[in-house]
Amino acid sequence: MSEEQGKDGEKPVVREAPADAEREAKLKAAAEARAARAAAKEKTESEAGEAAPEVAKPPSPRQPELDRLAALIKSEVSESAVEDAYLNELNGDMPVIIINNSYWREVSRLLKEHGELQFNYLRNVSGVDYETHMEVVYHLYSLSTKREAAFKVKTERDAAAVFSATPVWATANWNEREIYDLLGIDFPGHPDMRRIMMPDDWVGHPLRKDYEPIDPEV
Amino acid sequence: MIRTEELLLNVGPQHPSTHGVFRIIVKLDGEVITEATPVMGYLHRGTEKIAESLNFTQIIPYTDRMDYVSAMTNNYVLVHAVETMMGLEVPQRAEYLRLVVMELQRVASHLVWWGTYLLDIGAMSPFLYAFRDREMIIDLFNELCGARLTYNYMRVGGVKWDAPPGWLDKVRAFIPYMENKLMEYDKLVSGNEIFLARIKGVGAYDAKTAIDYGLTGANLRCTGVDFDIRKAEPYSLYSKFDFDVPLGKTGDCHDRYRIRLEEIRQSLRILKQAMEQFPEGGDTMGKVPRVLRPPAGEVYVRIESPRGEIGCHIVSKGKAEPYRLKFRRPSFVNLQILPKLLVGETMTNLITILGGIDIVVGEVDC
Repeated sequence: MSEEQGKDGEKPVVREAPADAEREAKLKAAAEARAARAAAKEKTESEAGEAAPEVAKPPSPRQPELDRLAALIKSEVSESAVEDAYLNELNGDMPVIIINNSYWREVSRLLKEHGELQFNYLRNVSGVDYETHMEVVYHLYSLSTKREAAFKVKTERDAAAVFSATPVWATANWNEREIYDLLGIDFPGHPDMRRIMMPDDWVGHPLRKDYEPIDPEV
Repeated sequence: MIRTEELLLNVGPQHPSTHGVFRIIVKLDGEVITEATPVMGYLHRGTEKIAESLNFTQIIPYTDRMDYVSAMTNNYVLVHAVETMMGLEVPQRAEYLRLVVMELQRVASHLVWWGTYLLDIGAMSPFLYAFRDREMIIDLFNELCGARLTYNYMRVGGVKWDAPPGWLDKVRAFIPYMENKLMEYDKLVSGNEIFLARIKGVGAYDAKTAIDYGLTGANLRCTGVDFDIRKAEPYSLYSKFDFDVPLGKTGDCHDRYRIRLEEIRQSLRILKQAMEQFPEGGDTMGKVPRVLRPPAGEVYVRIESPRGEIGCHIVSKGKAEPYRLKFRRPSFVNLQILPKLLVGETMTNLITILGGIDIVVGEVDC
């Protein structure tokens, strides 16, 4: 895209026949039209952005699910355990709850053992480097209630650590090792924290955004 | 009493029964395993890192190379994730083509498993039968997209190629052929006493353990847990089809064997219905923007691959490249239970149990 823009921008500069006034006029007109289009597009976009909150969207059918989940965690663990709770619209309104790092250990236990939640199947664990902080995402599913939800735990980039979920879900074991290996997030409480994909003497964590390979050619 | 010295034995990474480059270090007391430590990473190519500098269409060929025995389902999980994020519509004909190739792929994948599993255990000829029949599916794919293993067939919003003239008839002819062959397989192997003695009661676990270890696919269903994503959370067109999810009871290698064979039958059932419903004509590519830029946000989608739940977690910042792309690979997760299952088993059962889990190392290491 940037290449194309560059070409467009260069056209008037590299043209060879300045005497061709007609052509010049055409180019100018085209440039003006482009600018006008861009402005119009920007305008509609900003309008859409402003107008969106005014149109009252019908509440999602999964809103009560999210509210109940957040309320349960707050009442059973702590008021401050829930940092944020929202529905992921892109993902079919999946409930997402951001858990305070220091409460994750208790919350993970609650999620699995509470009779109403029974999140017994940890389907996925991902680590994400957001450059300002690190995040571990747990996608949970309950095979008894058929409900799903995502839980996120944030941690700082230096000395990143999230309490291990392996004692709760055995499947977290290798997933956490992979995240440690590739992103450098430590999981205290993990029974066997070693690298899993890279060799043991590897330097750095490749999936970090600031990772620099020793040999950039490779 | 015979005293035996403890023996540390390295199995793999180059070993015909490890299905690739999988290595496991076992501690042996005589013939019995006392400890097993898998060592992964010999096939780690950093797919997730590479993907961060590619646009979504460019990532599709990389998914072929994860589970190279089931490339079509891998294609699907990626394009499905991007379509979910962007809210794109896929034309009916394209969606039917996708479903047909995914089910054919499931049959092909289970055939590879069936042949190699028996080869692991010591039966040579079933391997030849399985690959003879799988070859027919590979030929169908070759005709469809010009590749035998790494298809790069699906695109965000549709598929790359429409079915060539006469292709659907070939699929139609394949279904009864395969049904007959399945009966032949059963006659040849399924009742064989030696084979049953090798797999019955071996590598058994209960439903609670399976769920705790996050097992999916036949590895979960062999314990009786009814969880097939095609039924539980239907994607694509699966809600339109009538098929059963075979379940086991005992959770041993024999149940996993039966389930996979039955799944071939069920896939053929789906294919038969798909052939009846297949739309005449129509586009194979939906309306998609020239540059795919999913909106900022994230999405996790999952589908049922022949090995279990394959998931794709995309974090987007509104650019053409993903900010972070994570694949939940069923082989990687399913393999975790192996060290637990091996303790107390004999060396011969190591191969039986490992083969029964059905891993593809390209997917374990990614």
